[in-house]
Amino acid sequence: MSEQNTSPEKGYLDMDLLRFTTAGSVDDGKSTLIGRLLYDSKAIFEDQLEAIQKTSIQRGDENLNLALLTDGLRAEREQGITIDVAYRYFATPRRKFIIADTPGHIQYTRNMVTGASTANLAIVLIDARKGVIEQTCRHSFIANLLRIQHVVIGVNKMDLVDWSEERFLEIKEEFTKFASRLGAIVDVTFIPMSALKGDNVVDKSENMPWYQGPALLYHLETVYIGSDENHVSARFPVQWVIRPHSDEHHDFRGYAGRVAGGVFKPGDDVVVQPSGFNAKIKAIHTMGGELEEVFAPLSATITLDREIDISRGDMIVKANNPPTVGQDIEAMICWFSEKPLKGQGKYILRHSTKETKAIIRDIKYKVDINTLHKIEDDLEFRLNDIGRISLRVAAPLSYDSYKVNRTSGSFILVDPFTNETVGAAMII
Amino acid sequence: MPDYTVSHLRQLESEAIYILRETAAQFERPVLLFSGGKDSIVMTHLARKAFWPAKIPFPLLHVDTGHNFPETIVYRDNLVEEMGANLIVGSVQEAIDDGRVVEEKGPNASRNFIQIQTLLDALEKGQYDAALGGGRRDEEKARAKERFFSHRDEFGQWDPKNQRPELWNIFNGRMSPGENFRVFPLSNWTEMDVWQYMKFENIALPSLYFAHKRDIVVRNGTILAVSEFVQPREGETVENRMIRFRTMGDATITGAVESNASTMDMVIEEVAAARETERGNRADDKRSESAMEDRKKQGYF
Repeated sequence: MSEQNTSPEKGYLDMDLLRFTTAGSVDDGKSTLIGRLLYDSKAIFEDQLEAIQKTSIQRGDENLNLALLTDGLRAEREQGITIDVAYRYFATPRRKFIIADTPGHIQYTRNMVTGASTANLAIVLIDARKGVIEQTCRHSFIANLLRIQHVVIGVNKMDLVDWSEERFLEIKEEFTKFASRLGAIVDVTFIPMSALKGDNVVDKSENMPWYQGPALLYHLETVYIGSDENHVSARFPVQWVIRPHSDEHHDFRGYAGRVAGGVFKPGDDVVVQPSGFNAKIKAIHTMGGELEEVFAPLSATITLDREIDISRGDMIVKANNPPTVGQDIEAMICWFSEKPLKGQGKYILRHSTKETKAIIRDIKYKVDINTLHKIEDDLEFRLNDIGRISLRVAAPLSYDSYKVNRTSGSFILVDPFTNETVGAAMII
Repeated sequence: MPDYTVSHLRQLESEAIYILRETAAQFERPVLLFSGGKDSIVMTHLARKAFWPAKIPFPLLHVDTGHNFPETIVYRDNLVEEMGANLIVGSVQEAIDDGRVVEEKGPNASRNFIQIQTLLDALEKGQYDAALGGGRRDEEKARAKERFFSHRDEFGQWDPKNQRPELWNIFNGRMSPGENFRVFPLSNWTEMDVWQYMKFENIALPSLYFAHKRDIVVRNGTILAVSEFVQPREGETVENRMIRFRTMGDATITGAVESNASTMDMVIEEVAAARETERGNRADDKRSESAMEDRKKQGYF
């Protein structure tokens, strides 16, 4: 768990991790793009390739159908569609990558939201012939809502518009105009490419000498994500209390958790929320030895200088910059269930390691995610709907705005009868 | 500005520890599935880290097909003693003897399918509500869509179309009586990550994972170690080759690869250059395109 264990060796120990999401529909070349990234980085093995070659021929597909690599479920292969979020992995000497590959059609909004929730970067594909369309709008809206800080606009199928710089610039302008209504995306990179021909995916295109920027893979390898985590507001949600009851560690009482923001050091003044008790950090423990500091997203065990009643669901924070503690919450929510969200409905709410009950107070509006218009005349929340609600929880929560902290700013709602996860929300 | 970059191995480790602690916290009676394979060895290591200095708060469960490499059992027993862990063994042989399952017949019979019943029996007997497994999403395409917290109905079945969405790091382990969960803390790891992590953490492995000379037969393109369970058939010749194993399972179906990789570094190099998946040598996955999905629906890991 400790960075101190890091050996001085170079190579894979220095690699970091980039999680990105791709959303796309059947024809926009998303599967081809992922297939190419995986294949060119040797993440596809011969036996997998053989298996999909066999299946492609059986199905009568004209080309090798790379979508078969990601569409793992029988139903998906039968219907030729991606239903669920598929996670794919590849690595280059610089980075390890986790792709959350999601379907792009509006009926799978919840899957896109799920895939986006853990991503640092989103790839939005635009068909160069079509330009910015409804789907571009939808995918960008979701990336923005989930606070993905880095977006790559892949202007794909450039081969079908004669590798035209003019067309590329036109689309760039069109998107920039539209994105000004979104706000949060920090970093947008436009890359003209042809996933099918391989231009600007792994290697720089020879067909577009006018493009001076990087190929997609180089950008993915080098985009700076070091400042994505919040290292200012210290948050440590307590997951589990460690009491060994052994002779050696007789009085040990450690609070185990994963840092959700900020930096903790021995000697720091902390407050335990929601009780409000103060203490100092005595030590930060791992099996490999004590640490001088710990920060997101590392897991550790903290001991304090005095005995306070702390249990799972509490949050250890720093006194100088505490989260809000309260019971009335406003949030943007995406609805995941066939059963509509009920006004005044009661649900179980899970927020970091805490579970409590919640009642819906008000549905403010829904968003038409194709046009970004507010809908205020039809407030029934159905599957895949996104909008703003207010709710009240049974026990006080320590929370932040989702803008500030993804972990302390998000929660899910669970149906108390079916135990299904029915909604995912971002606190305003 | 200090550098707060965290290497991919530390991120994966932290995530797995987080999942292990969530499992302990959200379930009444979790259990850790221990097969003796490298993934379950890494899982056990992570579990020790997650709860240190306390002992791990759940037992280990080994579903024993009876077709073991002796090295696996020696390793298992040493590890259990060192950790002071509680080990439970679910025996496929006993299930056969009791008539609870019927062994497959035919030359390519395997105990893989009846292993499922033994697992489900052991889970039911121990009233375990969450079973931690070392499954990874990169292993097989049906696994690419598996959740960290994978819900199973009262028959132990997996319904791929009806999985709970998992967002951020919030995991929903709520369930009705009789249902249970499979939990996969290594979901985001690849085979390479597992090897790198073992090197990073100096984790000792059974000798089978490193190149050694062994008597083998080649059956349907798979290299099988000759043992009391695998005897040469007519037309097959026993050869002595340098081999190692990439996965550890039932000795009758686990294929070896030819290799000279006798150290961790050499194995990592070999994995990096490999052009076949590690399960590419598992006869059980080759039965059909959906073999893994079908077994998972039945209750397999």
